[in-house]
Amino acid sequence: MNWYGIKAIYIHEMERFRRTLFQSLASPIITTSLYFVVFGSAIGSRITEIDGINYGSYIVPGMIMLTILTQSISNASFAFYFPRFTNTIYEILAAPLSSFEIVLGFVGAAASKSLIIGCVIILTANFFVDVRIDHPLLMMFFLILTSITFALFGFIIGMYAEGFEGLQIIPILIITPLVFLGGSFYSINMLPEFWQKISLLNPVLYLISGFRYSFYEVSDVSLLTSTLTILTILIGCIIFITYTFSKGYRIKD
Amino acid sequence: MKNILEINNVTKFYKNSVKALENVNLNIKEGEIFALLGPNGAGKSTLINSICGIVNFNTGTIKINNMDIVKNYRTTRKITGIVPQELNLESFETVWNNVNYSRGLFGKKPNHNYIEKLLKQLSLWDKKDNKIKELSGGMKRRVLIAKALSHQPKLLFLDEPTASVDVELRKDMWDVVKKLNKDGVTIILTTHYIEEAEELSDRVAVINDGKIILVDEKDKLIKKLGEKTIKIELFESVEKINGNLSKYNFTLDQTNKIISHTYNLNSNTTDITELLNDVKKDGYKIKDINTEQSSLEEIFIKLIQENNNELVRN
Repeated sequence: MNWYGIKAIYIHEMERFRRTLFQSLASPIITTSLYFVVFGSAIGSRITEIDGINYGSYIVPGMIMLTILTQSISNASFAFYFPRFTNTIYEILAAPLSSFEIVLGFVGAAASKSLIIGCVIILTANFFVDVRIDHPLLMMFFLILTSITFALFGFIIGMYAEGFEGLQIIPILIITPLVFLGGSFYSINMLPEFWQKISLLNPVLYLISGFRYSFYEVSDVSLLTSTLTILTILIGCIIFITYTFSKGYRIKD
Repeated sequence: MKNILEINNVTKFYKNSVKALENVNLNIKEGEIFALLGPNGAGKSTLINSICGIVNFNTGTIKINNMDIVKNYRTTRKITGIVPQELNLESFETVWNNVNYSRGLFGKKPNHNYIEKLLKQLSLWDKKDNKIKELSGGMKRRVLIAKALSHQPKLLFLDEPTASVDVELRKDMWDVVKKLNKDGVTIILTTHYIEEAEELSDRVAVINDGKIILVDEKDKLIKKLGEKTIKIELFESVEKINGNLSKYNFTLDQTNKIISHTYNLNSNTTDITELLNDVKKDGYKIKDINTEQSSLEEIFIKLIQENNNELVRN
């Protein structure tokens, strides 16, 4: 293993995060705070409890997932697309690094950034609502796994994007709607039966549900199904990246 | 001297079926400066990018230090450095971070003393904390060289190292290249500046349309393919060349006082002693004699033209 190479990519990416620390943290904190003000205090105060949980507290796991998913994708996609755009990727391709090591460096950094932001949001949420974490280890398990999985997904977007606009299409058109319709702000039990069944086709529902279980021991689907879903997406992303790298497609001519 | 690089029957097609390299065979000796000459689009960059792992080639083998670059990519890439043609750098990073990042990528432990020495050698030390965007084009080119040397490679590829740099900087770059070579680094440079190849290289290859059309020592190449022109300035003007000199195909200049004869260095068709005797026999008085040898550039143009004509014929 080229540990120095992995470390170089990781530190290089984290350095970019440090340089833009204010933008990196301010944006998710302000957005989350607004959600808590609007949904937690203004509207939430008029909504009854869901599964015995205060509405403001109920939406915390969904809020964190929303941020983790979008941040992991945008961090990883930008991190890998940027050297492609500036042509500095030549150096990574010419270095004695395997595709696994390249992915480890980029995805590790993107997932770390998301984790930091996720933890900051948990702290922010505490200023607005009561946050209880019944299973901290399980919460960390979901947080880490989701960060890595969606950083891998972002890496794929970074490999395929033809321009900066391309980096935004999938997060805006697919991920954000899936998160909003995946029970971030409600339980699917509140939906008519038909829409409940449709919601079960949304993989993000399983992530949010499993994550919420780690907080309040309430979920729309079983913990096992949630775990298997995230692992399936993770393995799918790994297989896809391995195949693409082995062919050099989108990276090497 | 042993070969540090061996390229055997390498062919490369791009996705649009454009053949970029066709059965390229080339051996590079350890310690030499090798120039790869060719017009734009000839395949120079594709060849060095294939060797460095930046593009995939379709068929053939490439070995560095007798190791296959695909199977043993970790070992071979550790001793290889590349300076790209374009100024591909991260604008918002400092010089220091950029160069240390490159060393890390190539699996080397941080060595701040070495990087400091390197930046000093390349006159970049006082710019180490500057962001790349604050540097001039010439400085950026030096940063690229520093990055390529950060992991102490034995084989260095310079892709058009002095493209779009001013004359003064070009000379500086040449000094850097010569110094590196003196320190034991084997250098392969692609260029379309013949002057550069003439100044720096030990051996030269000419590539055109993806094929290597010639490989030889620079001096031998000039001798083998070069032509020489003898110019004889006479005291009195001449209207027409006849008599003994008519057999030499002399040409007259506008003043009718300088007669010129071009001959190939490699052929024995022209005996200069006899030629001068014939000048004397015909009664001409010689004021001055001058000879001019064809440059590598003229040889290069001739070769490319011949090759293009052959391609058209086929």
